Amino acid sequence: MEKYQFDPHATSSDDVLTTRLDRLVDFFRKRGVNWARKNSLWPMPFATACCGIELMATGASRYDLARFGAEVMRFSPRQSDLLICAGRVAIKMMPVLQRIYKQMCEPKWVISMGACASTGGVFDTYAVVQGIDQFMPVDIYVPGCPPRPETLIEGIMAIQRIVDVEGIKASGERGKGLGLVAEPRYQVAVAGEGSE
Amino acid sequence: MASSVTIVEKLRSEFGDLWFDPQSLVTGGLRDAGQVFVKIAPEPLPDVMRYLRDDPGMRFEQLCDLTCVDYLNFPGATDRYGVIYSLLSLTHNHRFWLKCFVNDPEPIVPSMTPIWPGAEWMEREVFDMFGVVFEGHPDLRRILTWDGFEAHPLRKDYPLRGKGERTDFSVTRRDSA
Ligand code: SF4
Repeated sequence: MEKYQFDPHATSSDDVLTTRLDRLVDFFRKRGVNWARKNSLWPMPFATACCGIELMATGASRYDLARFGAEVMRFSPRQSDLLICAGRVAIKMMPVLQRIYKQMCEPKWVISMGACASTGGVFDTYAVVQGIDQFMPVDIYVPGCPPRPETLIEGIMAIQRIVDVEGIKASGERGKGLGLVAEPRYQVAVAGEGSE
Repeated sequence: MASSVTIVEKLRSEFGDLWFDPQSLVTGGLRDAGQVFVKIAPEPLPDVMRYLRDDPGMRFEQLCDLTCVDYLNFPGATDRYGVIYSLLSLTHNHRFWLKCFVNDPEPIVPSMTPIWPGAEWMEREVFDMFGVVFEGHPDLRRILTWDGFEAHPLRKDYPLRGKGERTDFSVTRRDSA
């Protein structure tokens, strides 16, 4: 009998699960918590500007963030584990954002969504933070002005990969940064290429 | 409804010793909509404003806006800060504008909060952005920029990117949060 390998990314062709109970228990001991956690990310939407509209579109029916288990927008940082900073952050707003980050329980991850949150964007003025990563940790930068929902979903999937690979650690160990490179697992198809 | 010209005439008959120097609000050859502003010094401002609010022919109950312009390097300007009052009478449906010019080093204007309480936050904004001090204001603090900010950013000689305020800030790290 083949050694059973549980594939959380299983497609519909192999969605029948036959295994011995002890192996399933073994799998969940080793990877189960991270697998469950990455498929139930609860975002804290910190939408300060136009990017927030795209964040709402991502959560709405057309793009349906529920497919990734991340549709439960929590408006309390105590209940969320993914901070999505969508929009420009004024310097006066930065302590608020930092406090929200501090109020979130470990483990927690941060997405910096859009050009403004990541770099300040076109708002190179005295009042706007030139990239929130100057003042707080960021795991994933989502590019665009605003990013399309697909781009944000790719960012959330990158967070899922981080959760899957890196998983839960004691907060003391997370101080060094994750050191992961977030790249899509699939090859992006370009029109006119790879037709064979 | 009184036209701007009538209002200026009434003001002149009431405060004869003040030369209000009325000018058209619209400049640059555009259509003149009969809108006029008058210049006024800080000292007679409270009396004139109280008259504008209380006189039965004026009745400017509403201070629509209170803002400021920095006329540094402006062609033909003689004074630096122009504090602008935009008035509306709900009774008579007429509008009127006043500009009060002040200069460095002590740009001080009497506060309008005893006359229109709604002036409070607008005066705080002008103080925050231009550094014009409103004498008699109950609570003259910054309103838009953060505590500890020193400058007045809408002054024309303030650089767009600030003077290093953006980097001078506490950092939250992974292990400190
Ligand atoms: S990146 Fe673009 S869309 Fe997003 S907040 Fe900035 S200006 Fe708005």
